[in-house]
Amino acid sequence: MINARFRGHFVLYNMPIKSIDPRITRANIEIQEKDSQTGEQVLKKLDHWQTYEVFAQNKRGEHYSHVGSLHAPNPEMAWILAKEQFGRRNKITGIWITKTSDIFSVTENEEEMFELNSEKVYREAGGYKVMDKINKFKKQNKKGN
Amino acid sequence: MSSQTEIYSDYKELNEEQLKGVKDLIFKMADDELILGHRNSEWTGLGPILEEDIAFSSMAQDKLGQAQALYLLLNQMDEKDPDTLAFTRNENEYKCCHFVEYPIGEYDFSLMRHFLFDAAEALRYNSLINSSFAPLANLAKKFRGEIRYHTLHSEVWIDQLSKATEESKARMQTSLNECMPLALGIFEPSEYDELLMNSGVFTGEENLKSGWYEHIQFVLQNAGLKVPELSEIIPSFGGRKGYHTEYLKPLLDEMCEVYRIDPEAEW
Repeated sequence: MINARFRGHFVLYNMPIKSIDPRITRANIEIQEKDSQTGEQVLKKLDHWQTYEVFAQNKRGEHYSHVGSLHAPNPEMAWILAKEQFGRRNKITGIWITKTSDIFSVTENEEEMFELNSEKVYREAGGYKVMDKINKFKKQNKKGN
Repeated sequence: MSSQTEIYSDYKELNEEQLKGVKDLIFKMADDELILGHRNSEWTGLGPILEEDIAFSSMAQDKLGQAQALYLLLNQMDEKDPDTLAFTRNENEYKCCHFVEYPIGEYDFSLMRHFLFDAAEALRYNSLINSSFAPLANLAKKFRGEIRYHTLHSEVWIDQLSKATEESKARMQTSLNECMPLALGIFEPSEYDELLMNSGVFTGEENLKSGWYEHIQFVLQNAGLKVPELSEIIPSFGGRKGYHTEYLKPLLDEMCEVYRIDPEAEW
């Protein structure tokens, strides 16, 4: 039961080169040899670069957002490629880069858990009815001036 | 750079000889950027991997942008408009060095040229930031950021490939040996060098070359390559005086083909 529930995670852990980049999935590259240390089936060295996920910041102080993924042999190469990939059309102020395989991702089979209980509206931001009060306060303040 | 503190904020403040020297300097910089920008753009769609294809094409575009800005500066100094300068001159009126004219070859050659040329370009712009000719100093400041990326990009690649496999290392070394005489052609002495130095406009090709050689030696030796001694190389000179390799003419014919069909067309 527990295994089935966490199947999504096991897939990610056991196949380190498996990518969430659709280009790799489309390429349908065969696994070619066993890793000498772990015994895992991996792609042959130099046949294929791993993917990195890129996060960019548009303005100092803002959150970093995921902007895409790319192929690279190491983080330094990933950075020089990411800079033009994702920073040539609009100005960006920072880049984060991480190996795709380092991302712990939970998407499949967890739809139920992500659902929100309709009886807990008090937790949603829209549940706070404070705008009336704020506007009233602003109005009063203006008059005072 | 001379200790002279006079700043020329407009070309009209230069004397006749200084003006000739400044124009000569800007023409060779602009022509280098235009021709290498065009050459490097030949990789668009053919790059070794998608990500590098985009990065290399984007930098080629930066070079064309720099060429345009330099031609515009010449235009403001009473020369023709940028398009006319870029597309209508005869082959012997271009002042680019032989290095930028060579075909793209294989990617190792293009990468090595990218590294050697952009290292020289970065130093040239860096020294021009302190130029007494203010319009050129302003342009140099404007391009500093993008050139910093270009040199970083080239150095990471050089290091990566020179340390990867036996084949990639051998290819990088062969390309380096092939590029060195051509690269030294960037620094072809000019009759205006002394005048420009004394006027505080430009540090001169010889100074630039020493700084460049020191820098590339550092990067290439770190990458495990053997850098040829300057005394062993015969530089490929002539480009700055209008004598070009057999590769320039076909490039110009192709580059100018569309423009020449209708020079008056609005784009």
